[in-house]
Amino acid sequence: MDYLLTDEQKMIQELTRKVAQEKIKPVAAKYDQSEEFPWDIMKILAQSDLFAIFVPQEYGGTGGGVLDLCIATEELSRACAGIAVCYAASALGTFPIILFGNEEQKKKYLPDLAGGKKIAGFGITEPEAGSDASAIKTTAKKEGDHYILNGMKHFITNGGDAETYTVIAMTDKSKGARGASAFILDKGTPGFTFGKKEDKLGIRASSTRELVFTDCKIPKENLLSKEGMGFIVTMKTFDMSRPGVAAQALGIAQGALDEAVKYAKERRQFGKSISSFQGIQWMLADMATEIEAARALVYSSAREIDAGRKDVGKDSAMAKLFASDVAMKVATDAVQILGGYGYMKDYPAEKYMRDAKITQIYEGTNQIQRNIIALKLIKEMAK
Amino acid sequence: MHIIVCIKQVPETTEVRINPETNTLIREGVKSIINPFDVYAIEEGVRLKEKFGGKATIITMGPPQAEAVLREAISMGIDEGILLSDRAFAGSDTWATSYALSTAIKKIGAFDLIVCGKQASDGDTAQVGPGISAHLDIPQVTYVKKIEEIKDNLARVERMTEEGFEIIAVPLPALITVVKEINTPRLPSLKGMMRAKQAKIIHWKASDIEAKADCLGLSGSPTQVVKIFTPVPRVGGQMLKGETREIVEQLVEALRKEIP
Repeated sequence: MDYLLTDEQKMIQELTRKVAQEKIKPVAAKYDQSEEFPWDIMKILAQSDLFAIFVPQEYGGTGGGVLDLCIATEELSRACAGIAVCYAASALGTFPIILFGNEEQKKKYLPDLAGGKKIAGFGITEPEAGSDASAIKTTAKKEGDHYILNGMKHFITNGGDAETYTVIAMTDKSKGARGASAFILDKGTPGFTFGKKEDKLGIRASSTRELVFTDCKIPKENLLSKEGMGFIVTMKTFDMSRPGVAAQALGIAQGALDEAVKYAKERRQFGKSISSFQGIQWMLADMATEIEAARALVYSSAREIDAGRKDVGKDSAMAKLFASDVAMKVATDAVQILGGYGYMKDYPAEKYMRDAKITQIYEGTNQIQRNIIALKLIKEMAK
Repeated sequence: MHIIVCIKQVPETTEVRINPETNTLIREGVKSIINPFDVYAIEEGVRLKEKFGGKATIITMGPPQAEAVLREAISMGIDEGILLSDRAFAGSDTWATSYALSTAIKKIGAFDLIVCGKQASDGDTAQVGPGISAHLDIPQVTYVKKIEEIKDNLARVERMTEEGFEIIAVPLPALITVVKEINTPRLPSLKGMMRAKQAKIIHWKASDIEAKADCLGLSGSPTQVVKIFTPVPRVGGQMLKGETREIVEQLVEALRKEIP
């Protein structure tokens, strides 16, 4: 299928596929095992201008949209979802600045992020504030020309390795969700430290750490938008980034299918290639069909956003929900097709299965996605 | 600094088949790529430009489709591409090819260094680079694995030999051919690919470079290909059987007989 991509999108696909297959795939198992941050790969992604695709041209980017980012994330995830998420999480940390930054903030931060000289992270989740983001406890108290941050964030992708963070903290607890604000934080700011690094089931090349704020003093110029806009910033950011998680799932599914087809052709049992057995063929056919359906949904939801449609929550929730469920199923089936070898770390199938699971959980669990879809449906019916 | 990189478009395969009737390569269905050794030349050209400033120009001789490899080089950071394409060039051997390229380089004008890959993966002659330097009457260093320094119009380079390497100081302008040990070529960048897509490739015909007609193409080529053939694969061999220890003994015995 051609997917009606523009010339530029085809270029991004060709380039990221080349980077992913030539540079990332050979080291995917190594980083999965060592859990080191893949700086050498980040450098290659930067050199290839891949951090530029989601940044506007006037700030050193190439001015691509959500679909461009999805295409890149899909191809990178097809080789290693752990490395892909380091990349995608930098986009997640950059989006708030693109969407809500003032001219000075954009000029200060975006060129370095677009050039991949620095990578970004986004911090909202806390131990007691996961799906219920309104329960966050981190506070930001205004004192003169500064804000003083106290509290902590956990499960933050790129935590400790990113240089630039967008963090949500409460400026006015009494207002609940409307009392949250978004801030830009630089690594190295006094009072801003990093806590425990998580040991994860999958996406192990990416770092997931706690961010700790102890009387962390930041200039008031680091406030994004206005006080009280924290949740709007978060929601708008997630609307942009959710198709990216769907694209990550899509890439994992495609990578798992690639391995399953390759193995089915090579493996011989009962004197024949196992790809000649209908039981295997039907599994592969279902996997491929589900992937194409997921791709159609992911690309079309990304296109809706790029076209400037306002109310995209339901579409991107559907894309994330469907693509991640497909990824989990396809990756599990890929392990099944590889049989005993699929269960062993000598083959990449088990890694796709471990990597797939998180896509059903983060950036809103699939249960939360269903809530978003159902609420929207009911609201539409009431009109 | 002006660097000129010469490249060749070759078929992408290590198993090129030959048509036994015509003694020519079967090119149908085979994708064309930049000669793998030339990718190192491109990378070195781009690195020198980045280090010393100036300009890097790429040149190739070939059919109109060879524009694709020039664009690929531009996507890696080369500034300008020149394609020598003319029926008059068809059938050129290494002498005629290096003559045509050197004539084009004269037309380009002043330069400091010409960089070529050590040889092409299809012909394997390693003659075009040295040929260009001969036609231009400039010094050449082949099999360069490192450029140590360029200062005061003098380049200090390390040249691979079978025993080790030599360090050679060569006055510029000069020509070097490079081996794959010299660098790790970068992948193209997105901005580079965008620039490459829009880049205007300069096309020169034989008349544009004022090349002498009798020095070009088949008639201008002193090389006569008498026969090209696929060597008969070696067959036979002996399979040793038994435990590892027995196999080793048998192997040592067999080698003793073979090597006096």
